[in-house]
Amino acid sequence: MTAGNGIPAVELENVTKRFADFTAVDSLNLNIGENTFFAMLGPSGCGKTTTLRMIGGFEDPTSGTIRLHGDDVTGLKPYRRAVNTVFQSYALFPHMTVAENVAFGLRRKKVDDAEVKRRVGETLELVQLSARGSAKPRQLSGGQQQRVALARALINHPRVLLLDEPLGALDLKLRKEMQIELKRIQQEVGITFIHVTHDQEEAMTMADTIAVMNQGRIERLGSPSEIYEDPRTPFVAGFLGASNLMSGTVSGNEVGLPNGAVIRLTDIQAARCNGHNEVQIGVRPEKLSFFGSNDGNAPVNRLSGVIADTSFTGTSTQYLVEVPGIGQVAVVEQNLGDIHDPGEEVTVAWKPEHTFVVE
Amino acid sequence: MKFVKKHLLTIYAIGVFLYLFIPVALVILFGFNDVRGRFNFRWVGFTLDHWENVFFGPVFGGVPGLWDSMLTSLRLAFLSSAIGTVLGTLIALALGRYSFRGRGATNVFLFLPMATPEVVMGSSILALFLALRINQGYATLLISHIVFIISYVVLTVKARIQGLDRHLEEAAMDLYATEWQTFRRVTLPLIMPGVFAAFLLGFALSFDDFIISNFNAGPTIQTLPLWIFAANQRGIPPEANVLGTLIFVITVLVMLLNVVWQRRQSAKTSV
Ligand SMILES: Nc1ncnc2c1ncn2[C@@H]1O[C@H](COP(=O)(O)OP(=O)(O)OP(=O)(O)O)[C@@H](O)[C@H]1O
Ligand SMILES: [Mg+2]
Repeated sequence: MTAGNGIPAVELENVTKRFADFTAVDSLNLNIGENTFFAMLGPSGCGKTTTLRMIGGFEDPTSGTIRLHGDDVTGLKPYRRAVNTVFQSYALFPHMTVAENVAFGLRRKKVDDAEVKRRVGETLELVQLSARGSAKPRQLSGGQQQRVALARALINHPRVLLLDEPLGALDLKLRKEMQIELKRIQQEVGITFIHVTHDQEEAMTMADTIAVMNQGRIERLGSPSEIYEDPRTPFVAGFLGASNLMSGTVSGNEVGLPNGAVIRLTDIQAARCNGHNEVQIGVRPEKLSFFGSNDGNAPVNRLSGVIADTSFTGTSTQYLVEVPGIGQVAVVEQNLGDIHDPGEEVTVAWKPEHTFVVE
Repeated sequence: MKFVKKHLLTIYAIGVFLYLFIPVALVILFGFNDVRGRFNFRWVGFTLDHWENVFFGPVFGGVPGLWDSMLTSLRLAFLSSAIGTVLGTLIALALGRYSFRGRGATNVFLFLPMATPEVVMGSSILALFLALRINQGYATLLISHIVFIISYVVLTVKARIQGLDRHLEEAAMDLYATEWQTFRRVTLPLIMPGVFAAFLLGFALSFDDFIISNFNAGPTIQTLPLWIFAANQRGIPPEANVLGTLIFVITVLVMLLNVVWQRRQSAKTSV
């Protein structure tokens, strides 16, 4: 279970899955390193479950190769793969007790009785269900069932654990608790988790690496902060958090907007504009702040407009600023006292390094 | 009038119950009738002779064929329902779990025996046996019963399979169970109530079938319904009523046991 030999835990090479004439997964290439918490994020129907099912062996790819720790497993049955799955519906065996459910995998591998007993006890402890071993699944709450499903998979010490929206059926509070719990368990047992979700917040809090999928393809791959700060495509910018997108004409490190404002880019972002004339740039609402119209301390990227809407959300206030020639720009400010009212003329400004270019 | 309004449902229920139960009660009652002559229609007087005759009479009562035909029916019902349940369950699994060419057609063909009048079905099976020059006997009787039982089994078991979460089988395979182990450990236990119900249904259908048996039994085999029908020409002996009573009582007892058992099962798991 040591990382660092360079062989990825999961490797997808040009994997395509077609159902009749519909392409659910479109020549996907993906390397997932050992011991990572990997999240697959995307809107409904983008092919997350299909990808996961191909890794688990429940669906055969139409073309392409799947490798687990360097071994080609394409076409192998699920019971021949060292991966385990936590299903969205949990899929606990209703006719078996919790302990029997958890022991199922070890029994199939003909592990001896004493060892099975020991490991069932150990694993139930890990998920804090030691007292419920003799209960039937239907007698447990949703969160408890979820943990049994997790225990049933983890007891086999898989090298890769697949989780298909495992928290989808839980209420918000329980979901937050389970997010922390899952992360703790992943760090404790040190295996690769591939976690499918369409909750962007969940993906960002839990994952080391996020893949944002759209229409059967991966649009963006990286750490949560990389993806958030530099989403690169309008889809990712819109899917992960909110952002203000604007079109303009690029020249060197500067983008001229339709209202005459000039926006400065970092060298890295500017380099990505090479060969383009018209580009779209974006900035996250919380990166914007209000300044007086001639404030020398304001960052160089500035827009002037009139506040169209103010909404108070507790820890912060959201503003919509109507900027002539550009449209509405969203601003989020922490609540530190002065609140701007609709109708007020304002200047918002942000730093060049907070500007990103999307293609 | 107020009383009637308030208890309308109860009165209605009692009425239905009486309507259903009076014939059964009469059958039971006339098993105790000290009958004179050939026909057991008029109440004469109470006697236990027929009961004694059934249990202790010389080869069950000097009522030739009664006990024999009963055993034939029981054996036939058990065997045909067992075979029909196995075959029907396999078909139901195929229909419920896989998509293949001809699946729609199979569904239609399976429905046909239920929709076809029994006379048509019985006679066409007979015609088939005649065309193939197969002599009527126990084998043809058994085959004809299996044929119509299968449809009911498929219907019953398929309902159960369709209610089964597919992910359960995938989860089993994910946890290293081969196809066979998945079937043995997960699929079969979960569809078992349906399979068992199908077996009982098949048993009951075979046990009281007259029309199809009449076509396919041939001259030497006599099931209980065939015997009763034949006996009716000469007058049914009260011993038949006694057997009927026994069957009824045993069935009710089995049902009660089943209820008690299920109560206990659910009590055990809800601790
Ligand atoms: N067995 C199938 N037959 C035909 N089409 C399928 C099948 N399974 C999935 N699809 C299609 O493939 C696409 C991707 O499905 P998938 O289940 O992978 O989406 P998803 O990203 O998991 O979505 P969600 O977030 O809603 O679970 C969908 O458009 C779906 O209709
Ligand atoms: Mg899905």
